[in-house]
Amino acid sequence: MLKIKGLKVAVEGKEILKGINLEIGDGEVHAIMGPNGSGKSTLSNALTGREGYEITDGTVSFNGENLLDFSPEERARMGIFMSFQYPVEIPGVSMSNFLKASVNAQREYRGLSPLTGREFFHLMKGKQKLLHLDSGLTNRSVNEGFSGGEKKKNEIFQMAILDPSLAIMDETDSGLDIDALRVVAEGVNTLKSPHNSIILITHYQRLLEYIVPDFVHVLYQGRIVKSAGKELAKELEERGYDWIKKEVADETGK
Amino acid sequence: MEDQEKLIKDVTSGDYKFGFVSPVDMDFLPKGLNEDIIREISLRNDEPDFMLQFRLKSFKQWRKMKMPHWAYLKIPPIDFQNIIYYAAPKNKHFQNEETGEMNSELSDTFDKLGINLDERKSLSGGGVAVDAVIDSVSVKTTFQKSLAEKGVIFCSINEAIRKYPELIKKYLGKSVPPSDNYFAALNSSVFSDGSFCYIPKGVRCPMELSTYFRINAAGTGQFERTLIVADDDSYVSYLEGCTAPQRDENQLHTAIVEIIIMDHAEVKYSTVQNWYPGNKEGKGGVYNFVTKRAICRGEGSKISWTQVETGSAITWKYPSCILKGDNSVGEFNSVAVTNNYQQADTGTKMIHIGKNTKSSIISKGISGGRSDNSYRGMVKMLPGASNSKNFSQCDSLLLGSKCGAHTFPYIEVGNSTSVVEHEATTSKIGEDKLFYCNQRGISTEDAIALIVNGYAIDVLKRLPMEFAIEAQKLLQISLKGSVG
Repeated sequence: MLKIKGLKVAVEGKEILKGINLEIGDGEVHAIMGPNGSGKSTLSNALTGREGYEITDGTVSFNGENLLDFSPEERARMGIFMSFQYPVEIPGVSMSNFLKASVNAQREYRGLSPLTGREFFHLMKGKQKLLHLDSGLTNRSVNEGFSGGEKKKNEIFQMAILDPSLAIMDETDSGLDIDALRVVAEGVNTLKSPHNSIILITHYQRLLEYIVPDFVHVLYQGRIVKSAGKELAKELEERGYDWIKKEVADETGK
Repeated sequence: MEDQEKLIKDVTSGDYKFGFVSPVDMDFLPKGLNEDIIREISLRNDEPDFMLQFRLKSFKQWRKMKMPHWAYLKIPPIDFQNIIYYAAPKNKHFQNEETGEMNSELSDTFDKLGINLDERKSLSGGGVAVDAVIDSVSVKTTFQKSLAEKGVIFCSINEAIRKYPELIKKYLGKSVPPSDNYFAALNSSVFSDGSFCYIPKGVRCPMELSTYFRINAAGTGQFERTLIVADDDSYVSYLEGCTAPQRDENQLHTAIVEIIIMDHAEVKYSTVQNWYPGNKEGKGGVYNFVTKRAICRGEGSKISWTQVETGSAITWKYPSCILKGDNSVGEFNSVAVTNNYQQADTGTKMIHIGKNTKSSIISKGISGGRSDNSYRGMVKMLPGASNSKNFSQCDSLLLGSKCGAHTFPYIEVGNSTSVVEHEATTSKIGEDKLFYCNQRGISTEDAIALIVNGYAIDVLKRLPMEFAIEAQKLLQISLKGSVG
């Protein structure tokens, strides 16, 4: 599904990602972990095409297309979804209007006719039920006055509606209490399928107890320095990142 | 990314939909302003002498006055002698009464503007009565007969001056006296037409009334006057729309709207102002200097002004409420958009005179391009206005880094039992909001429209349905290429 080769990304002229190689197959869940400042969010922003993240080298192919040729909205329409670490508030725009605009923009790109109000309403109701969400949410303005937990649940709700082939979850667990975390994780697990892949970006192992990854990668100083199965997350939780930092230091001789 | 900026720049082309000129054979008075011109306007309108005297007195007043410069506007000098004050189609009859044949010069124009002057068609769409004004004259007023059955008078102001001189004498200039300000004096001297509406006691006007103002001829100014009187326990919702051709020269539009409201009556006045705003470089566009004021004379009377201002090169406009009757209520709801080189200085005055009077102000400024957008509002509680309340919410939204938003609130409270609250915010459509929308598949253009609509929704939802939809579309068009 996604092939990242030698990806280098600079922000304000400073190189943050220094050659990322990563391959994600259909239906796989990859966790990307790492200490603060290692470039985790830069990776998600670069993949989604955010302004200010300059690709200086490397390639990214997504289902055979050269992803870097596409605008952020085109990437979204191609099926890449990001669950934001800090979802923004859009006052006066109801969640349902926002999502309808979003669903129909994506459908149009895929050559489908727009959903009618009624069809969209049913889609929304179904997903709300699936995720056990409060139905009042869709009448409220996008993220306005939402608690931290509600914002994250709302991201998962949008993901459920948009049904992306690749979901990038950027620190979805940060700021969540254990109950909210469970709801979010259950939501993600419900949506998982052999066709949808997930990149979980997280600082802590906690989330990975609920969403079990197929692979765990450690990002450090702009590179993936270690990749292994889910057991790596446990090891990181127990031993911290210092041993990895030391390994890297030893290898590079710094 | 750069692509995004490019996209934004690509769509900056002139999108003003109503910039066409209609080939109408016109009658003009010569350029310039003097007593002879005023006498000629009065003569052409077949006015009684009191009107001529009203005009001449106003003109004397105007000559003593100076152009106001207190607004946050850069107004180039206006040569008032280089303007044509009267331009009327040679054939003013919209339809030949005997043959029923349409005057296609006029009907085509209004068709093209999407203004429905066919009563049968209009009724199926909900029914809005229209007074259609082109340049200096009203050419058609619909539903006059069916309104008359309810006792509602709806006609051009010229017709009212001839047919109902007593009502005109009683109410004209009572809300906005000619001496009120420079532009009010100018309008009172030369106004050529406009709309008049009288809702009798206890009548709820069965349909929405509207005036559509169209500037068509070059080199002319438009000076129209609207007078609305709502008698005890009556209700009317009044709409106003306006457009002008796309021209490199500036055109002057100086109007007065006066509203007088009696006991327990209510008037809603909604405007979608879409005068030609000038081009991307700031060339051309209408200078819109307008005085609008409602007096809530009666106990428990209510006025609400709702305006969506997207057009004009320069806007100078403060629809105001004088809350004279005890328990009367005034509302001002405004969305003012400026883009490119547009300038707007707009707001309201809430003058509380009666006891227990209430007013609310919601002002939403949106500025893009290199424009300047100012809110100017006065809330005044007189000593007798005990237990009165005002709430003001003034928000500014900036769409780029080269535009300006300004707020000038003036508050005077003359008693100790009244409460005035003022809230203000300034925000920017940031990259974070746009990216959030983009990441959901929404294009930048659509994202801006969505965000702006959300920002303005408190005002837009107060407009009558069809008007609200039109206003939403207009916001979208007006803001194309505004982020920079």
